Amino acid sequence: MNGVEGFMYPNEVGLQWSVLIVLYPFITGLVAGAFILASLERVFRVEAVKPTYRLALLTALAFLLVAPLPLQLHLGHPERSPEMYFTPHSSSAMAMFGYVYLWYLMAVLVLEIWLDYRRNIVLLSQSSKGLLRLIYRIMTLGSNNISERSLAIDDRVGWIVTLVGIPSAFLLHGYVGFIFGSIKANPWWSSPLMPVVFIFSAMVSGIAGVMVLYMAISKLRGQSIDIRCVDTIAMYLFYTFIIDFSLEMLDLIHRIYEADESFRSLNFMVHTRLYIPHIVIQICLGTLTPIILLGITQVVKLKEIVRKRIYSVAGCLTLIGIFAMRWNVVIGGQLFSKSFLGYTTYKMSLVTREGLLVAIFLTILPLVFLWALVKLLPPWSEKTKLPGAVAAS
Amino acid sequence: MKISRRQMLILLPAAAVAWESVLAGTPEASPNYALTDHWWSMLIDIPKCIGCGNCVRACQAENDVPDGYFRTWVERYHVSDENMTNPQVISPDGGKEGFPVVSGDEGKYFFVPKLCNHCADSPCTQVCPVGATFISPDGVVLVDQTYCLGCAYCVQACPYGCRFIHPVKKVADKCTLCYHRITKGLTTACCEACPTGARQLADLKNPKDPIHEFLKTHSVQILKPQMATGAKVFYNDLDGSVR
Repeated sequence: MNGVEGFMYPNEVGLQWSVLIVLYPFITGLVAGAFILASLERVFRVEAVKPTYRLALLTALAFLLVAPLPLQLHLGHPERSPEMYFTPHSSSAMAMFGYVYLWYLMAVLVLEIWLDYRRNIVLLSQSSKGLLRLIYRIMTLGSNNISERSLAIDDRVGWIVTLVGIPSAFLLHGYVGFIFGSIKANPWWSSPLMPVVFIFSAMVSGIAGVMVLYMAISKLRGQSIDIRCVDTIAMYLFYTFIIDFSLEMLDLIHRIYEADESFRSLNFMVHTRLYIPHIVIQICLGTLTPIILLGITQVVKLKEIVRKRIYSVAGCLTLIGIFAMRWNVVIGGQLFSKSFLGYTTYKMSLVTREGLLVAIFLTILPLVFLWALVKLLPPWSEKTKLPGAVAAS
Repeated sequence: MKISRRQMLILLPAAAVAWESVLAGTPEASPNYALTDHWWSMLIDIPKCIGCGNCVRACQAENDVPDGYFRTWVERYHVSDENMTNPQVISPDGGKEGFPVVSGDEGKYFFVPKLCNHCADSPCTQVCPVGATFISPDGVVLVDQTYCLGCAYCVQACPYGCRFIHPVKKVADKCTLCYHRITKGLTTACCEACPTGARQLADLKNPKDPIHEFLKTHSVQILKPQMATGAKVFYNDLDGSVR
């Protein structure tokens, strides 16, 4: 049969989960990671990353709004998806999705953003005109009190929400890892390390994503990049990446050393069909290269301009590497037969519901949402408008 | 046309027999069928399977299974003496039209019919986010296709590759053990079509079912016992190379 090598069970030849299911953990990972970065400033008082605090929150929201779309588009009957809320199956990991998503969206992210922006929203509802004024007035939710005491309460509640948000972010993405890690039928997925690896890879992608976005947006706005901020972010990215890579290597070494019945099949797959996406793109290009680049900036004193360029390259490579990791998990896990006797091929279509064009659209859509959110709720306050000034102060 | 009284007396019993036959072909639900009185399983006697594909064709005809997808299929194993752990397996079109003739006599060849194992602890029912797939009280794993989301999580969770997403209905599909037949006292389409009796429907709760004697006196295995799924399709004389 076309694209099949060896023996596949007859129902296994076509892949069930497509590139859209690759996008889903990639997007939720960015959400969780961006939020963790925001929490650095809010909870752990890492003042240096303050210029990215609001941008990180808005990035998380923009991506979270898109997160369910690839799943909806993948479902055979998307109109039945509300059943997951109304009649969830208590033994299913996937049944948790709706609740985790809603919790994270409404109880954490939207609430925190609203609390943080409330003062600005109230002021904008008074100063803007026309439709914008109406939008801002609705966004105030009738809460127009911006007295010192009121803002202090906002700050305190916001801190608590962030505190709750950190384990929630871990839950959001750890749960995605659990969906894969709990499938005992699939040895490529079945691992108790999977949720942990997913959490750390999420942090890596979110931190890298916000760092790249911050630098790109600063460039577009003609503003100078706060080098102290990106230095700090890069440092966190480097150490998180080391942990993430160590966990993935632990999983790999464990598999190689244990060499159970699936090993020969998986090993063959990694050296043939997954060689480019796994060895070349994920490990060499998307993991080792950025770790080495970031490592250099940690041990060698480089000029500011060089550091910025390294951070840009390392950030982009990291995002490519994490996307490749998601690809290798989702697609790689379906390329071999559960009989361990054969391999199939993933043929991505172009214009179908789960095709390449839709995937590209869903990748761009969060950036469009982010643009709209940034227009509506500018993340650069008076203090952070000139990052250089903040760094100097 | 005139029918005499004598002809009528001959025709009436014949019509009654014909009507009985029609009823047997499309039986009504048995009013005496009690879900809790049964625990369905299947016995596959591997040495008896000749790889004719009758079972696959019967299943497709009975259950309107779309081309290219299989509720049941037949695999042919070729296990050579030198490489017993790495068998050569084929299942062209699920074995529906039989298998190519073997040339040479090196190693051993045998057929393995496959179908849903109707696991007592099925991973597929565990993962369904809305409970659209479930195990019935009489031990059959079923899918409520009016409720299934078509997320394919169950397809991923089945260790035996027995599920698929129906290309038209866009919902999970699988062997129902011909539930519409067995609850009316009939056997499954595949068992009925098997010319050698290699497939036998069995009721583990029926003390008179011959399976009890068979299980006592034969070397019987299930597929992938390490998965701990509580599979209920029993294979007689199962070779260790079978996956």
